[in-house]
Amino acid sequence: MSAAFPSVRAVCRPGSFAGEKRGPPPAAASGKLASGFLGSAWKLRFGALPARRRGSSSVVVAVSDVVKEKKPKRSSSSSSDLLITKEEGLELYEDMVLGRTFEDMCAQMYYRGKMFGFVHLYNGQEAVSTGFIKLLKQEDCVVSHYRDHVHALSKGVSARAVMSELFGKTTGCCRGQGGSMHMFSKEHNLLGGFAFIGEGIPIATGAAFTSKYRREVLKEADCDHVTVAFFGDGTCNNGQFYECLNMAALWKLPIVFVVENNLWAIGMSHLRATSDPQIWKKGPAFGMPGVHVDGMDVLKVREVAKEAIGRARRGEGPTLVECETYRFRGHSLADPDELRDPAEKAHYAARDPIVALKKYILESNLASEAELKAIDKKIDEIIEDAVEFADASPIPPRSQLLENVFADPKGFGIGPDGRYRCEDPKFTEGTAHV
Amino acid sequence: MERDPLVCVMGEDVGHYGGSYKVTKGLATKYGDLRVLDTPIAENSFTGMGIGAAMTGLRPIVEGMNMGFLLLAYNQISNNCGMLHYTSGGQFKIPIVIRGPGGVGRQLGAEHSQRLESYFQSIPGIQMVACSTPYNAKGLMKAAIRSDNPVILFEHVLLYNLKERIPDEEYVLSLEEAEMVRPGEHVTILTYSRMRYHVMQAAKTLVNKGYDPEVIDIRSLKPFDLYTIGNSVKKTHRVLIVEECMRTGGIGASLTAAINENFHDYLDAPIVCLSSQDVPTPYAGTLEEWTVVQPGQIVTAVEQLCK
Repeated sequence: MSAAFPSVRAVCRPGSFAGEKRGPPPAAASGKLASGFLGSAWKLRFGALPARRRGSSSVVVAVSDVVKEKKPKRSSSSSSDLLITKEEGLELYEDMVLGRTFEDMCAQMYYRGKMFGFVHLYNGQEAVSTGFIKLLKQEDCVVSHYRDHVHALSKGVSARAVMSELFGKTTGCCRGQGGSMHMFSKEHNLLGGFAFIGEGIPIATGAAFTSKYRREVLKEADCDHVTVAFFGDGTCNNGQFYECLNMAALWKLPIVFVVENNLWAIGMSHLRATSDPQIWKKGPAFGMPGVHVDGMDVLKVREVAKEAIGRARRGEGPTLVECETYRFRGHSLADPDELRDPAEKAHYAARDPIVALKKYILESNLASEAELKAIDKKIDEIIEDAVEFADASPIPPRSQLLENVFADPKGFGIGPDGRYRCEDPKFTEGTAHV
Repeated sequence: MERDPLVCVMGEDVGHYGGSYKVTKGLATKYGDLRVLDTPIAENSFTGMGIGAAMTGLRPIVEGMNMGFLLLAYNQISNNCGMLHYTSGGQFKIPIVIRGPGGVGRQLGAEHSQRLESYFQSIPGIQMVACSTPYNAKGLMKAAIRSDNPVILFEHVLLYNLKERIPDEEYVLSLEEAEMVRPGEHVTILTYSRMRYHVMQAAKTLVNKGYDPEVIDIRSLKPFDLYTIGNSVKKTHRVLIVEECMRTGGIGASLTAAINENFHDYLDAPIVCLSSQDVPTPYAGTLEEWTVVQPGQIVTAVEQLCK
């Protein structure tokens, strides 16, 4: 293969926990464009995990093989061998189905002209959101980017609030002022929703800093809030990513950096943009563990997440987790998605995280088909209700335009008559001339 | 910092070094390395970190070692600092103070002599103030820290050595008000930061020549205090703006527009705006001197205006 790639052991792993065999590696993702320079995609998916090293610095490079050792045998009926309890299994299933159904409804609503602008859907990546966020407490913070609907839902923001926000109504979680790419919730500690990639990572670092500050300066000894920052493969070539890895490791901030590596940044293949595509390796360069995990498998993600979040809670510092995942739809609803190889898409579609979890639950006798179907139905009702609610909600009035520009509206200044502009009751219907 | 444990400082060399202009001297010894945080050289990220900390309950003060370095933090200042209170529908407030020395110094070269007021002024959601005396520096800093809005506080490299008697008891100034420096009758001179001193120097000359200028230090660069300014315009009917900012799109340009819009009927002459030249600040001393407005030019302008 290409000499431009580092030498890699192509380890062919025996498939996901559900026992599915992976097919042979498909043609390179950028098959038509493959050249010695660009390398090929399958090498990334099937190899590149060094043996676990111990004893050298405190940096440990974990591999998802570790998780596999805990995997139950398929025929085991002893519940102590299983990775999850029934309640957990149903919770994970419900959360992923909520995410998937919501996003599918978004697509429908978009094409019906109910929501506008740039809408980025999360189909296929649910295992990452569910795997991490379902382990968090309400006080823990989540920072996302523009593909944030499902992060919001997993964190606890109601489907009604998210759908209303997408419709641009006042009942939205951000009063209709944020939109698809700017989901915020103070109640659930969702710190956004950012349109520029990378700009949320320093915010997450700041939230982790506050947690450490509370513990050490304000002496709130039991403050162990963790922050999880989600971002994509494209962001990993951005300066803010590296600057924050440095600061987080330097000050041992309670943060987990989660890379949702879906191999594509709009139309730019990760391999065409990155000199060393193995993102997890960049963690140890800064003094934190770097972990690579199969992001299509919610149970594997959850195991890695437990360890990473646990590390942060104990004050041991940050972790970089690279989740190999895939988005089934285009980058956004406006993306014709012409560059991705259909074979690659089919390969990942076969590893649908929801299908896989369902199979696991049924085969491990954690729940019955009927119970899962009941969850499907419940979610359908929730989503329908969310759409109805959003439809019925009022659109923002003119007076809302100037609200919330400043936390303290004195910031609009003193008008020619000597009074603060905000003291005029009709101010928000006027203009913000300063 | 003593009053409120949530107040913290972050920036390059603010801790052990005491700040590049010694503004934070002694604070790290008193309050510890976490409250007075020495950051690595990563302006965009540590400003963003300050914003994230502000969103989650702290009240950070971010120092740009030189205001010019904050250009690297423009992404965070514009997108996150200014916008997040609005795009979150009012859920998160960002009580951050971003401060640092700026302006033209003594032959520091183009990149260390930047006048960034104009660059930041259009960002919705932030307030900008410029201090000029020890008295208003302390008052404005306190006000900025206590404000729930994000505030950019412009200090000036050449004004750190000023000495002044200031009250022992605590005082807080208003972020939105301008300061009447010298009441007068003939002409309103609006200025801020270091140019205040050039204006006062010119005022001495003008008084000797029989003029009576009214000098106002606008202090609040965004929003403008149109009450103080308006009252002055209504009295003198002539306006001269003296600023260190560039002419193009500067504070003076905005102020000219605001006064024209609001007080057009009261003007006897077009507003004159003296700004620094639209050049990168040259190193050579003479060239640097011609870049900024000098007292002689102010005197000439007033004489012209009052003809």
